[in-house]
Amino acid sequence: MNVFKDAGHLFRFAGLFVLAFIVFWAIRGYVVPKSFGEYGHYRGNAISEIAARPVHFAGHDTCETCHTDVLDVKKNGKHAHVNCEACHGALAKHADDPASVTPPKLDTAVLCVRCHATTAAKPKGFPQVSAEEHSTGLPCETCHQPHSPAMVAGGAK
Amino acid sequence: MKISRRQMLILLPAAAVAWESVLAGTPEASPNYKMSEHWWSMLIDISKCIGCGNCVRACQTENDVPDGFFRTWVERYHVSDENMTNPEVISPDGGKEGFPEAKEDEGKYFYVPKLCNQCADSPCTQVCPVGATFVSPDGVVLVDQTYCLGCAYCVQACPYGCRYIHPQKKVVDKCTLCYHRITKGLTTACCEACPTGARQLADLKNPNDPIHAFLKTHSVQVLKPQMATGAKVFYNDLDGSVR
Repeated sequence: MNVFKDAGHLFRFAGLFVLAFIVFWAIRGYVVPKSFGEYGHYRGNAISEIAARPVHFAGHDTCETCHTDVLDVKKNGKHAHVNCEACHGALAKHADDPASVTPPKLDTAVLCVRCHATTAAKPKGFPQVSAEEHSTGLPCETCHQPHSPAMVAGGAK
Repeated sequence: MKISRRQMLILLPAAAVAWESVLAGTPEASPNYKMSEHWWSMLIDISKCIGCGNCVRACQTENDVPDGFFRTWVERYHVSDENMTNPEVISPDGGKEGFPEAKEDEGKYFYVPKLCNQCADSPCTQVCPVGATFVSPDGVVLVDQTYCLGCAYCVQACPYGCRYIHPQKKVVDKCTLCYHRITKGLTTACCEACPTGARQLADLKNPNDPIHAFLKTHSVQVLKPQMATGAKVFYNDLDGSVR
């Protein structure tokens, strides 16, 4: 035991060191979120929190479950692959509660031109018209049914 | 049953550890969604984009993006005959309300929709000092907004300019590839609203995803490939002048 005769200060220091480590570990355990490091150097629960954010666009499949009549009109027309909410806007609230939330009426004067106004920047194959030359400002739905826009004899049905 | 002091001392920490794991719980995930089964990306077909701005508006609605900030935006390139190497690029209000008229015979025009490239080796996640931004196990670059300090290192690090500091929250915000939608089996808001199918959500781990056939049969490029970011937003028909 003679070896440790004058080593008391070293033991006290080691004890202090161990104590400091325990305090550090306790604080760390309290401060660092439980899921931190689950998948990597971040809070694993953040992923499920982000996934839980509310949805605004219901998605085409949801529209299909009720509006089969519109789907029948659309499926053979040029707009067959345009999703409902591309024109009608985000309607998840309407899908959740169809009775009290009704979609706003659309203004074709704004809507059609947004895609179909002539500009040299658009891909050449895309159908484009200059509203003034094409219809002298008449509303598009006078002749075209938006869900299946090809011209039919006698105008829109 | 008699427990000695020694046994008690051994049992106590074990019980504490067990209780901790009970408290932590398991994160609430969407049913039937396994992160390990997906590797998300997006396909953008420049030859189909008409610059209508539907994607920008849809993104703003879906993700409450404040005015003047963008998670996705559309740029219009104008490569004139005289100056092929310096295209004129405009994106008025992110292309949300359309673009000024373009005239024929003034060189070529095309639209380039932009968003977070969901890099597999993203520079933005590497610089975060607190672990607030990361690549999720299914390949989406996300921000933990409760952890973000708003130091904006990542905003500077992103070579594509896809991040911004949210003016009210004062933390970083960016495209999440509509993570709250794709984990529920929906497509992103921008893809949902795109009238021409110029944007397509793609899952590289799904062998039935049409992206595999598309990548084999088309000349597809990513933005700034020289930066080796592992970008996963693939552009079809991309002009060499796009930066």
